[in-house]
Amino acid sequence: MQYNFTTEQREFRAVLRRFFGQTSPPSVVRRLMDTDAGWDTALWRDLNTQLGVSGVHVPEAYGGMGFGFVELGIVLEEMGRALVCAPYFSSVVLATTAILNGADEAQKQALLPGLAAGDTVAALAFTEPNGQWDQDAIETTAHQAAGRYRLSGVKSFVIDGHTADLLIVPARRPGSTGQSGLSLFAVRGDAAGLTRTSLQTLDPTRKLARVEFADVEAELLGAPEQAAGPLSKTLAQAAAMLANEMVGGAERLRESALEYANLRVQFGRPVSSFQAMKHKQADMLVDVELARSAAYQAAQAAADDRADLPALASLAKASASEAYLQTAIHTIQIHGGIGFTWENDTHLWFKRAKSSEVLLGDPTWHREQMMRAWANNGSEVQ
Amino acid sequence: MTTPMEATVRAEIRDWLSANWDPNLSLVEWRERLVNSGWGAPAWPIALYGRGLEPAMASVVDDEMRRAGAVGVARSGARNLATQTLLAHGSDAQKRAFLPPTLTGRYSWCQLFSEPGSGSDLAGAVTRADLKNGRWIVSGQKLWTTSAHHADWGLLLARTDWDVPKHAGLSFFLIDMHQPGIQVRPLRQMNGYASFNEVFLADAEVAPEHLIGQLGGGWTVATTTLMHERSHGDPSAAKPTDAGGREGRVYDEEREEIAIATEPYGWYPQRAGRVDLILERARETGRINDPVVRQEIAKLLILDRSAKWTALRARAAVAAGEGLGPAGSLIKLVGSHVARAAARVHTLISGADAMLAGAEAPRNGLIAEVLISVPAVSIAGGTDEIQRNIIAERMLGMPKDPSSDTNRPFRDVPKNSMARQPT
Repeated sequence: MQYNFTTEQREFRAVLRRFFGQTSPPSVVRRLMDTDAGWDTALWRDLNTQLGVSGVHVPEAYGGMGFGFVELGIVLEEMGRALVCAPYFSSVVLATTAILNGADEAQKQALLPGLAAGDTVAALAFTEPNGQWDQDAIETTAHQAAGRYRLSGVKSFVIDGHTADLLIVPARRPGSTGQSGLSLFAVRGDAAGLTRTSLQTLDPTRKLARVEFADVEAELLGAPEQAAGPLSKTLAQAAAMLANEMVGGAERLRESALEYANLRVQFGRPVSSFQAMKHKQADMLVDVELARSAAYQAAQAAADDRADLPALASLAKASASEAYLQTAIHTIQIHGGIGFTWENDTHLWFKRAKSSEVLLGDPTWHREQMMRAWANNGSEVQ
Repeated sequence: MTTPMEATVRAEIRDWLSANWDPNLSLVEWRERLVNSGWGAPAWPIALYGRGLEPAMASVVDDEMRRAGAVGVARSGARNLATQTLLAHGSDAQKRAFLPPTLTGRYSWCQLFSEPGSGSDLAGAVTRADLKNGRWIVSGQKLWTTSAHHADWGLLLARTDWDVPKHAGLSFFLIDMHQPGIQVRPLRQMNGYASFNEVFLADAEVAPEHLIGQLGGGWTVATTTLMHERSHGDPSAAKPTDAGGREGRVYDEEREEIAIATEPYGWYPQRAGRVDLILERARETGRINDPVVRQEIAKLLILDRSAKWTALRARAAVAAGEGLGPAGSLIKLVGSHVARAAARVHTLISGADAMLAGAEAPRNGLIAEVLISVPAVSIAGGTDEIQRNIIAERMLGMPKDPSSDTNRPFRDVPKNSMARQPT
């Protein structure tokens, strides 16, 4: 169902909301964001043993639950709402999806069951210090010698790159450019020649790392030099999922702003009784609902593996980026002075909104991607 | 899956249509047959020109009517508002007097609610109705009245008691539009069209049996009318029956009826911003190659598509039995955002040509019409500000604004003094 959820999907959401409400309150978020890893194995284990969420979109043949991107989007939305600190976006949304798109059958059999169970945590080391989520910008090279591949180069802005057991790494044949010559590799987190450095991040709930490859041994995933298609699909699917995560966060902020406006009394009446406040809250609802519609539409396009997914994912990501940040700005404003304090929780979501705005490409870039998709095939999305 | 009930209904309407449907009848003759049989309004009660069918079964009837190319009862313009209001609040005699000729299309209607002094605050109406010698005598001015110049009857909201709070002093009447006390004048808009009228009432008369509902209960009745107005959708989208290539007098007369009903709304698509023309215009002007323009186009298209998906989500929720409720206000407010953004981007694409109108202007003046029609969209049918109030109060549960007019006699409430004189 494209514009509504099934009863099963609603129940799934309700279970997740209850679970994250109990296991990821702001006190837990604050504790985990202060750790170097950014997450702990206890919560991660509970997530996987009690909910099995790492396998949501992994087919049952590989040990997953066999659902699709609509259900994965529900998980992301609920995680974004509770600001869950776990290597979920990195391992499940990015790395697992890249393997599903790009690895061969034997590799899927070998890698996916561990990822779907949460026993293995992986990260997608895509971006480089140039900060582009664009395959043309990949400079890391893969040398082939005696039937083995060795990687050289630097990846950056790698989510959970310093803690992952396994790195999924796109690299190119030396001398190749653009979309050609790109292959996908798997690298063990403890491989020789690998240097992983945790980056100091504006958003402490999402950890980033720089990963340097000095002639590091790597396993080729899928066919050589055929990674461009699987990679762009992975990024589109991930952008659609990130949009859902952002909508969850925006909704949580909006609700907290409304709750505070109802509680706060000034000039002898609740702040929520002033028309300036009512109109602002109405506008916030509009922003979040529009972004939500776009995010759901993109998730559905991913679930159906539609040709218009890249355009819709970019549309949803651009929409969610603007809505999340705007909602965060309004939420601080509505809280007044207290909203600017460390003690108040709003800044946790504000910072997630800011990091998410840029992650996988900022709204301006995504709008251009959307326009290119629509201009190139001449048919826009209806 | 076909239920036994559905099969029976389908067979009955098919039999009836094969015996009665004749496209060579006059429109009113045909509809008289339809109304008398109950197939014209199958979801209505059997005692009131219907067949008492569930909505799902009524859509089976619609389906068979479509298949036969048979014309349905009159719904265009304010007719649907009149029938729904009468169904909910009319007396038995009123229903018998007004429903059949409205369903057949013999009576056309207009809605006399808004006034120069009460737009958003509809319950602040000051048009008065006083009972003199057994007749209601009505004086005042109404505004934004679509089709008043060819309406036979009006749905009138007028004040009958000035000594009670404002909502309690209103009554709802049906008024005969063909009488000397009523003068209708077209109201010219900033885009040159005259889609609406001003209606001046000077000692116009209403028969006592044409009071609908209780004396002083007009607001309750008007709320029903407004609810149907909001849920009725775009009046400019009314379409004649698909005749499937068949011809006949009934089709000709229906086309004429729809043409009259939709005539005031020719500029409505322009009012909504004509987003459908944006990419074509950007390509034909070459502005599609300007990265700044591309960003603005993308923002507009994202807004427009998200608005459509949001409306579809709301519709899906209704289909699932969750009710549209105040989500309609959210969708209306977003429509204003889309239209304003579209006017801005059309201007950006047209450049200096945006200063032109008429035959020399882009798309033979259509783009100019967008630019000067969009300001209406955030006012008509409830301003953006009122929609925000509804969203805040009914969707978000925020407190109502402190009231300064509902707790004292209407006589003592400050009012506008902006009434215009008929010329």
